[in-house]
Formats: sequence, structure tokens, C-alpha cells
Amino acid sequence: MSGELSGILDHVERMNELDLDGVQPTSHVVELENVLRADEPRPSWPRDEVLEPAPDAAEGAFQVPSPQA
Amino acid sequence: MSAELLELTVGEALRRIDGGELSADEYADAYAEAAAEDELNAYLWTRESPFAREGDGTGRTEEPPLRGAPVAVKDLFCAEGIETTAGSRILEGYRPPYTATAVRRLEEAGARLLGKTNMDEFGMGSSTENSGYGPALNPWDRTRVPGGSSGGSAAAVRDRTAPWAIGTDTGGSIRQPAALCGVVGLKPTYGAISRYGMIAFASSLDQCGPLTRDVTDAALLLRAMEGRDGCDSTSVGIAGGIELPTREGLEGLRFGVPRELSAEAEGMEAGVAATFERALSTIRDLGGEVDECALPHSAHGLSAYYVLAPAEASANLARYDGVRYGLRADGEVELGAMYERTRSRGFGAEVKRRIMLGTYALSSGYYEAYYGRAQRVRTRIAADFASAFERFDYLLTPTSPTVAFELGARSDNPLAMYMADYCTVPMSLAGIPAISIPCGLAEPDGGGPELPVGLQIAAPAFTESGLLDAAYAVERALGLTATPPGAGP
Repeated sequence: MSGELSGILDHVERMNELDLDGVQPTSHVVELENVLRADEPRPSWPRDEVLEPAPDAAEGAFQVPSPQA
Repeated sequence: MSAELLELTVGEALRRIDGGELSADEYADAYAEAAAEDELNAYLWTRESPFAREGDGTGRTEEPPLRGAPVAVKDLFCAEGIETTAGSRILEGYRPPYTATAVRRLEEAGARLLGKTNMDEFGMGSSTENSGYGPALNPWDRTRVPGGSSGGSAAAVRDRTAPWAIGTDTGGSIRQPAALCGVVGLKPTYGAISRYGMIAFASSLDQCGPLTRDVTDAALLLRAMEGRDGCDSTSVGIAGGIELPTREGLEGLRFGVPRELSAEAEGMEAGVAATFERALSTIRDLGGEVDECALPHSAHGLSAYYVLAPAEASANLARYDGVRYGLRADGEVELGAMYERTRSRGFGAEVKRRIMLGTYALSSGYYEAYYGRAQRVRTRIAADFASAFERFDYLLTPTSPTVAFELGARSDNPLAMYMADYCTVPMSLAGIPAISIPCGLAEPDGGGPELPVGLQIAAPAFTESGLLDAAYAVERALGLTATPPGAGP
């Protein structure tokens, strides 16, 4: 795996050939306006449905092993 | 009867259903049966045959405009109560409590979910070999890959086990498999279709789109799916909606051919290059203006992509922690060890590779050298396209540098696998729409069976109606009728 990752990084480092001084970074290509919705209360997902796919749930919550076990 | 039914484009089937010549239920059931008999591992789940009956049984009352037409959906899309794995073992058995907006819109337009298609795990791959459930096979030659990551969708459409399908494209994952299987694949502009319920890979690049028999079918699916969605704040839809394509000739259209992504592209096979050149001649003969152009930074597209996409993926995939859904590798362990075991067992090699690359590229001390630099390359690539579109209406390239390669040929060499997206990644980075249409058959380098070659047509952001119109005219000009060996009515 480390040999593969080095090979990929070598390829990626070809970017260093480019002069990018003063070029602005792009994180998002489409110009967007902030989208706001009305701040009104509405029902959220039923707890049982959200817990249904969990590997382990108890007392209406996700259950996980103790960090100190 | 059934074999002839399966050859129809959906557009033609809808015309017959509307005209009373074809029953919507008969049409849907023919596909439920065909999908159940899939031999290419194109599906991870299929609907039980026959479809449940709705309406009065005449088969003409299914909701318009799609009249109960079945649609195959890449397993990256959540569908309420139906197993959705994204091709990963870490989501094995996951049944989402909700349906993706793109799928819901298709259902609201009258389509019915036919099956979930095989894919590279989380969309990471170009061959479907990275699926946690075994590779899908190419319908032209079962010893070869169908491309990826939407390989199951492309294979099913060409193998006539689906009338049409949807997939997702992050760096070429709709267009490249469409090219390798000989079908039409469209990546719309980033933001055209909601990503809600589409399991995330690289959120600034992921986009849903159609894989179809022809350009008109692609327009029908896009029209049903596009639009703003309150559940995805980056979705904006396409102003004015989508017009179905009608254009007859190519007169007055200016096509640019970026040399970096055609003649000078790395790893371009001779057969692909020759087929592409023949397509250019045809376009010229029919009145299209074809001229060379330059996208000077596009040769660095793959480099930028393999920083940006893994970086975003490394953040997105942190959610698979064995707590809320999917696999948990259990045992008498503490929390940290549970995370580690779950991810070690649940993720495949390519996903692990990209998480490591991504976290490295985002790490303190390397962020600017990798992620910051890649974002600046992205700016340059988008600017190259903007200046090319001042001279040209559309840009043409081969969709992929090679025809379908043999199973296993690139599995041990990630970089060779990445090269399959050489010609498609730049459009993804620029966020612009691009379509792949079949443009002929070519032998692979070193000889072998003739296999499909895709022609990629790219257009400025949110000009899908024009792009589909041009692609429709080119599709008619090329007039391809080739079918896989042993297939067809």
C-alpha cells in the first residue's frame, strides 16, 4: 500500500510545475446564494425509524462500547 | 415479442403506451423478468417480478409522463426500506428510512424502481471491480470490465435488462462506463439535480445523471429529475427546464477539439483515436465547424482531482463508524478499537487508499502544498474552459483513452486505473455538463474484439438543452446500429 500511495503522490506532484501565484482557490464552481428557510418548528424523524438501522440501540439511543472497556 | 419490447427506447415505448398499442404493465414486467435473469452481476437488488398492479389493469392509467416505466438506480441512491449499500460491505443490510430526491422525483413522474445496480464501492473506481459484491461484466465481452463506477447501470442498459438507468459522476463515473458499454451517459452541470439521499463521495463534484439508449431518453430522465431541492442547498436546477431535442443538422455549430484531451492525451489507444477522428469527419461532413483548441491546464486535471476527491471523501466517510448504521465489527473491545475493526473489515482497499490520501492532503503542514494547490489548479482548469467557450459552442473529446479493458488488468495499479478518467475529470472540476454518446467500435491496442468507443461533448454550465440538441444531431449523423455479439432481436 505505501508503494502505491507514493506512486500516486508522485503523479499528483506534477502540479508543482505550474505557476499558481495569485490564483484564487476554487472550492465550489457554481455561484450560490445562501438558502434560508423559515424558522418554523416541524416534526423531525421518528426516533424509532432512525434507530432501526443501528447495529445496537437501547433506551431510545445508539449504544456503543465503553471507551474505557 | 418480449425481445422486441426490450429493444425499444423508452421514448418510443411511452409513445406506444400513450397510443394504446402497448400496456405499461406488460412493458414493466418484461424488464422485471429480464433484470431477474441478469447474468452480468449488474444488479445488487431487483424488484420481484411481476410489478404490483396499479390502476384498472388496462395498463394505461399509470402516472404520466413516465407511465410506470421501470428505472434501474445505482446503489448509491437511498430508497426507503430497500437495501442500499453503495457497493460497500460496510453498509451491508442498510435499509434507509428515506428516498433520495432524484429517485423520488422519478417516482412522482410515474417511473417505477426496477433494481439497484452494482458499482465501485462509494463510487471510487473506473471498472466496478472495487464493488464489495463482485465485479459487473461488460455485455460486449464478459472477460472485460463495464467501466465504473456506474458500471452496473451502463451494463444493464446495454444488456437490455434495464430500459434506462441513473448513476452518479464524480470524475467520469457516468460517462466512462457509458462509453465502455456503448450507451449514452450524461453528467449534468453541478447543481442541476439534488444530491439529497445520494451517498456522498466528493461533495463538490458528485452529480446524478442518466444512462440511456439514446439522447432523447437522457433528456426525458434529466427533465424529470432536475430542480432545486430544499434538502440540498447546492441544488439550483436548470433555468427554463429541459426541452426534448429536435435538432436535425449541425450547420452553424462550432465544435472545439482540445488537443490535450484528444491527440495528446496520455494513454490514448490508436483505435480510439482513429474512431474519434472518423466521428469528427462525419460531423464536418454534416456542416459542423470543427477546429482544434487548447485547454492548457487540463493535463493536470487528474493530479488536482486525486487530491480534491480523496480529501472530500476522507471527511465524508468518517460517518461509517459502526454506530448509526451498517456494519459493526463487534467483540469485547473498547470504543476506539470498535471503530478500527469496523473500518478495517468494512472498507475495501481502494476506499482505504483514498481515505489515507485525503487525510494526508488535508493534514497540517501539507494542506497548502496539496489541497490548496489543487484548488488553484481547479480555478485554472475552469478558466481554460471559459475561454474555449468564447470561441466554440461545444468541445469534443474521446470519452475514455481506451476501450473496455480486461478484468484484473489494472487492479494492481491504481494509477493506471485512474487514467481511465483522463478525459472526463477536467469537466467535473469545472462543474460543466458533458455527455458521452457511442461513436463506433475499435480494437484495443494489441488486438482483440471490437468494442464501443464514446464521444464526449461538453458545454457551458446549465446549457443542457442545447447540449442535448447538439448530441441528438450528432447521434443521428453517426447512425450507429452495432450490437454486442449474440445480442439483439
